[in-house]
Amino acid sequence: MDFIANHLLTLILFLPALGALVMLFLPGEPKGLHRWTAFITSLLTLVLTLVVWMQFDRGAAGFQFQEQYAWYDAIHASFHVGVDGLGLTMVLLTALLSPLAILASFSIQEKVKAYMMLFLFLETGMLGVFMALDMLIFFVFYEIGLVPMFFLIQQWGSPKGERELWKGIKVPSRVYASFKFMVYTMGASLGLLLAIQLMGVSVGSYDLPKLFKMWPILQRTDTVPLGLSFATAKAIAFWAMTIAFALKVPVWPFHTWLPDAHTEAPTAGSMILAGVLLKMGAYGFLRFILPLYPAEAKHFAAWLAFLAVMAIIFGAFGAYGQDDFKRLVAYSSINHMGFVILGIAAAAKAIGTADATIALNGAVLQMFNHGLSAAGMFFLVGVIYERAHTRDLNEFGGLFPLLPVYGGILIFVSMAALGLPGLNGFVSEFLVVRGSWPIFTAYTAIAMLGLLFTGSYVLKGIKKVLHGPLNEKWVGHLTEINARELLVITPLMVLMLELGVWPAWLLDVINRAMSMFFGA
Amino acid sequence: MATETLIWLLPLFPLVSFALIILFTNRNKALSHTIAVGAAFLSFLGSMLVFWRALHVEHFAEHPFSSVINWLPLADGWLKIGVRIDPLSAVGIFFVAWTVLAIFLYSVGYQNYGQPQGDHDKKGLPPHGATVTDEHGHKHMVPSVEPMYSRFFAFISLFAFGMYTLMISDNLLTLFVGWEIMGLCSYLLIGFWFAKPSARAAAIKAFITTRVGDVFMLLGLAYVYAAAGSLRYEVIFAPEMLHALAEHASGFMGLSAAGLIGLLLFIGTVGKSAQWPLHVWLPDAMEGPTPVSAMIHAATMVSAGVYMIIRIFPLLEASHEAGDFTMTVIAFIGAFTALFAATIAVAQNDIKRVLAYSTISQLGYMVAAVGIGAYVAATFHLLTHAFFKALLFLGSGSVIHGMEHGVLHTGDHHVDPQDMFNMGGLKDKMPITFWTFLIGGFALSGFPLVTAGFWSKDEILGDAFTHGHWWVFGVLALAAFLTAFYTMRQITLTFLGKARTKEAEHAQETPWTMTVPLMTLAFFAVTFGWTGIPENFPLLGGIIPNWFHPWVISTLGEHAEAAAEAFNWGPLLTSLTVALGGLYVGWLVYRNVPAGAEDPLKKPLGKLYPVLQNKYYFDEFYDKVFVQPAMWVSAVFTFQIMDRGIIDGILHALARFSVFLGGFFRYVIDDPIINGFGDWVANTTRSIGNKLRVIQTGRVQQYMVAALIFVAAVLVYFVTAMP
Repeated sequence: MDFIANHLLTLILFLPALGALVMLFLPGEPKGLHRWTAFITSLLTLVLTLVVWMQFDRGAAGFQFQEQYAWYDAIHASFHVGVDGLGLTMVLLTALLSPLAILASFSIQEKVKAYMMLFLFLETGMLGVFMALDMLIFFVFYEIGLVPMFFLIQQWGSPKGERELWKGIKVPSRVYASFKFMVYTMGASLGLLLAIQLMGVSVGSYDLPKLFKMWPILQRTDTVPLGLSFATAKAIAFWAMTIAFALKVPVWPFHTWLPDAHTEAPTAGSMILAGVLLKMGAYGFLRFILPLYPAEAKHFAAWLAFLAVMAIIFGAFGAYGQDDFKRLVAYSSINHMGFVILGIAAAAKAIGTADATIALNGAVLQMFNHGLSAAGMFFLVGVIYERAHTRDLNEFGGLFPLLPVYGGILIFVSMAALGLPGLNGFVSEFLVVRGSWPIFTAYTAIAMLGLLFTGSYVLKGIKKVLHGPLNEKWVGHLTEINARELLVITPLMVLMLELGVWPAWLLDVINRAMSMFFGA
Repeated sequence: MATETLIWLLPLFPLVSFALIILFTNRNKALSHTIAVGAAFLSFLGSMLVFWRALHVEHFAEHPFSSVINWLPLADGWLKIGVRIDPLSAVGIFFVAWTVLAIFLYSVGYQNYGQPQGDHDKKGLPPHGATVTDEHGHKHMVPSVEPMYSRFFAFISLFAFGMYTLMISDNLLTLFVGWEIMGLCSYLLIGFWFAKPSARAAAIKAFITTRVGDVFMLLGLAYVYAAAGSLRYEVIFAPEMLHALAEHASGFMGLSAAGLIGLLLFIGTVGKSAQWPLHVWLPDAMEGPTPVSAMIHAATMVSAGVYMIIRIFPLLEASHEAGDFTMTVIAFIGAFTALFAATIAVAQNDIKRVLAYSTISQLGYMVAAVGIGAYVAATFHLLTHAFFKALLFLGSGSVIHGMEHGVLHTGDHHVDPQDMFNMGGLKDKMPITFWTFLIGGFALSGFPLVTAGFWSKDEILGDAFTHGHWWVFGVLALAAFLTAFYTMRQITLTFLGKARTKEAEHAQETPWTMTVPLMTLAFFAVTFGWTGIPENFPLLGGIIPNWFHPWVISTLGEHAEAAAEAFNWGPLLTSLTVALGGLYVGWLVYRNVPAGAEDPLKKPLGKLYPVLQNKYYFDEFYDKVFVQPAMWVSAVFTFQIMDRGIIDGILHALARFSVFLGGFFRYVIDDPIINGFGDWVANTTRSIGNKLRVIQTGRVQQYMVAALIFVAAVLVYFVTAMP
């Protein structure tokens, strides 16, 4: 028991990978064996995460449950993990969504063993990102997550559709989407890696707590390559990291990989992409950019706020312009994550003030809330896609009488995404607006245009699917949401309602973490 | 039970009802409506108890019922929320409780409880009627029960939750929560018959149009919270805080913080209370079932907008004293809307649409009253209006129901049961509906002395007059004339004269579940006015003490001064003239409209008539200027041009360049140079080898000969070269 108690984080981190390795030695059939192994593994991960959540001391500053092992002494990198309120919130989100996504994948029939193994590896990758306290370890996990996701999209993505590249050259959509996702992210990661190298070499360590202390105040007089001054190099490193994370969030104009990847990915893949992977970008801003580059972040905050507002507005417009239900939901992520970035930008501008802390609270809570609602929305799109084999909104219509339970759930989750007061999205959006209003008044006001169109696209989805005259071709072909699917969506709905009515249990952890980490 | 606990419970009864119906009882109609009406009744009892207790607290305004809890941990403190019943919210829950209960009960009859299932009824469409065979073997068409009966009660329960939440809130945040939840219910209930494309469109229009106001209101909330550090009335409206807000410049058009906050919040009211220019959603909202129109779009939700600006009146007043134009804007929008909507109402033929425009117009009255500082008069009119307008809507629903009965009887489904020109002579067919409707209509018109509408409207006009707001007074008086005119037009066309269609001849009075609420509301439409008769009114003043005015005004810590003022005959005579004149002219013009005739106003109004009938073409204008461009920006600009065209174009160009670069390295560098050099070395070696191969014969003799020749040559060299 002591071993478990002392190694909780590493256990959580490697349990999914361990499960995947066990599955490697299991026979390929029956499929149920792999489904259940994966599900139970991720469920155990969740249980351990809840244990950590309970034991977590929300009043204590710094990182908890730390573990550190020798890893790459030659360059002063060690295997160092630990969580604070921010990391733990994201670990909780990941551990929560993973079993639900795996449960949602029970309808996958092809290559089940490989699929489930990839999913578990993906979970380890995501958890590692939120636990790592060493920049190199962080980078390793950050990149590891890409590989399973690439294959999930490419192999199990939607089989239909083609995308024209140029001069009539066409590739299957899922191949296009997976390639775009992989190459685009990796391209931006190059700058991130270089920035990490610069910091690691300059400070002589990749350990985050050390970097937090030393890097922001570090001055170097020796020459940096290319004869740049150190300040310039720092600014370049700041932008390299900013672009890498902005692309992951994604912030306008680096967002076009998202609608493709999310639309083509299998249902559970989209759930995880929107629910967790996007948060890595925002987490990067909060964990690295704000504390490591406070001066640069403050200096360039208005630019970031501008990009966030563009994301909010054009994300909403983009969603409203879709006829593909899944792409509509995909664009909505750009819109919602824009609020996270707006909050972060405002906080960067006025770090240390109460306004900044409120904006940060809103941003982190919005990350969690968007994780719930985006995963829920993608799941519901998946439910109807599995039955109808189409995502074209114009082919649905008037399905409410056929699918009353599904319809009710769709309206509920849509309203959570819309930010209806009483459900979770409202609290976080309000806090972001409240926090950024005194800091970026004009941008906050302009962002309201996006909030208005959030309503438009959410209602468009409901209008085209549930309302209006019944499209008779579906009578007798569409079946109501089944028990397994209800089991996936119910926990999400309960949390959406709970966090809308009484978010104090989560917000308290976030608030304390933000206050202590950013020293309000 | 402690009063504070009871207040927390008021919204919870309907919420529990909503949850129970949605989750468990939706298949059982009787159980569902019992739960819903029961919950409404519990909230009603609770509200009455709270109201009664409030009446018995001395200096209630200084000692309101209030209870606060911590909600969100933020930075160093908590965002607190709570409940508060002060005189303003006490009269608020009074009218909400009565109207909600009446409308819940009415819904049982309106949705045809107890009638058979329809022959071809579908979920999402209004019921079309059922065939029954009586004991003689005759087949009759009778009204059929609503297929989504339980769902209706669930939705209106959720709505009641929102309205109670808004009323009992002690802060702007939970007020906004209730506000938005009502918005959702409004959307769900306008689109209740969602299979009708018109209902679906109207629901979306309502939600999005009000959301325009809501996003501004959200900014207002953020601003208050940032500036005052709290959203609770107690904190925001404390004199020092108001002073600070009025002193602080906002940096926007010279407004103070208080002025800008007031303006932002007021835009929320413009959306919710359907004021120009965001009025377009309310008439379309009549697509919903009539109880919905009565409850949401006349009595409660649209009043919430006015309630909110009355609530924030101290803030508005502070901004006004700081020289801001916020209250002028409010007065202008309100007065303009009052007249503007009244002119449209004159040319509408749909019985519910007339009422819809009349609602917009009356809300304009209240908004204008707040704008000129007469917030007590606004509150008074808010309450009386809630009663008589709910009455009128329910009455119109009763009329439509009666007409539908006629339509089922004749079987001619092309006759629109809502078109007033298809009615006439319903007075004798539906006496209770007629008399109650008449009371409601007269209250709306401000029929002197007996109706509540007279007292409240007169008070607004009186305030405008005595405080020298001449243009507001003039505009409102003109609107009052039009109001009386279109109301009498409606009453005359619907109830008086002869039946203009067969359907009207066969109309029938509706069941008790519908008529009892009508009578209840009619009672208040008359008597509620008596609570606010000015003390100085000739003859009648002082017989019934004016309880309303001093009680409500005490909410803001002020004291009534009305008694001290001299009575002014100007506004009274004006309001008598316009009310009686409008009613008389209306009756005169419409008393003899024969079947199939067109509107007598059409000729005299000439080209203006179609403009009025088409609501000044605002829908068309908005469609061209906002809706169509937004669709283009979304589908074409954002998706096709920006994302797919420019951004992806750049990415693809990069990809293409990479492919080109790869090709360049392969075909220009790799293949010819690197591979070429390697190949050249290999090929040359090979060809040399090939050439040398001929001498590798494998014969020892030849090698010996070659060796001998070589040795001989070397010998010769050394011999000849040696000195």
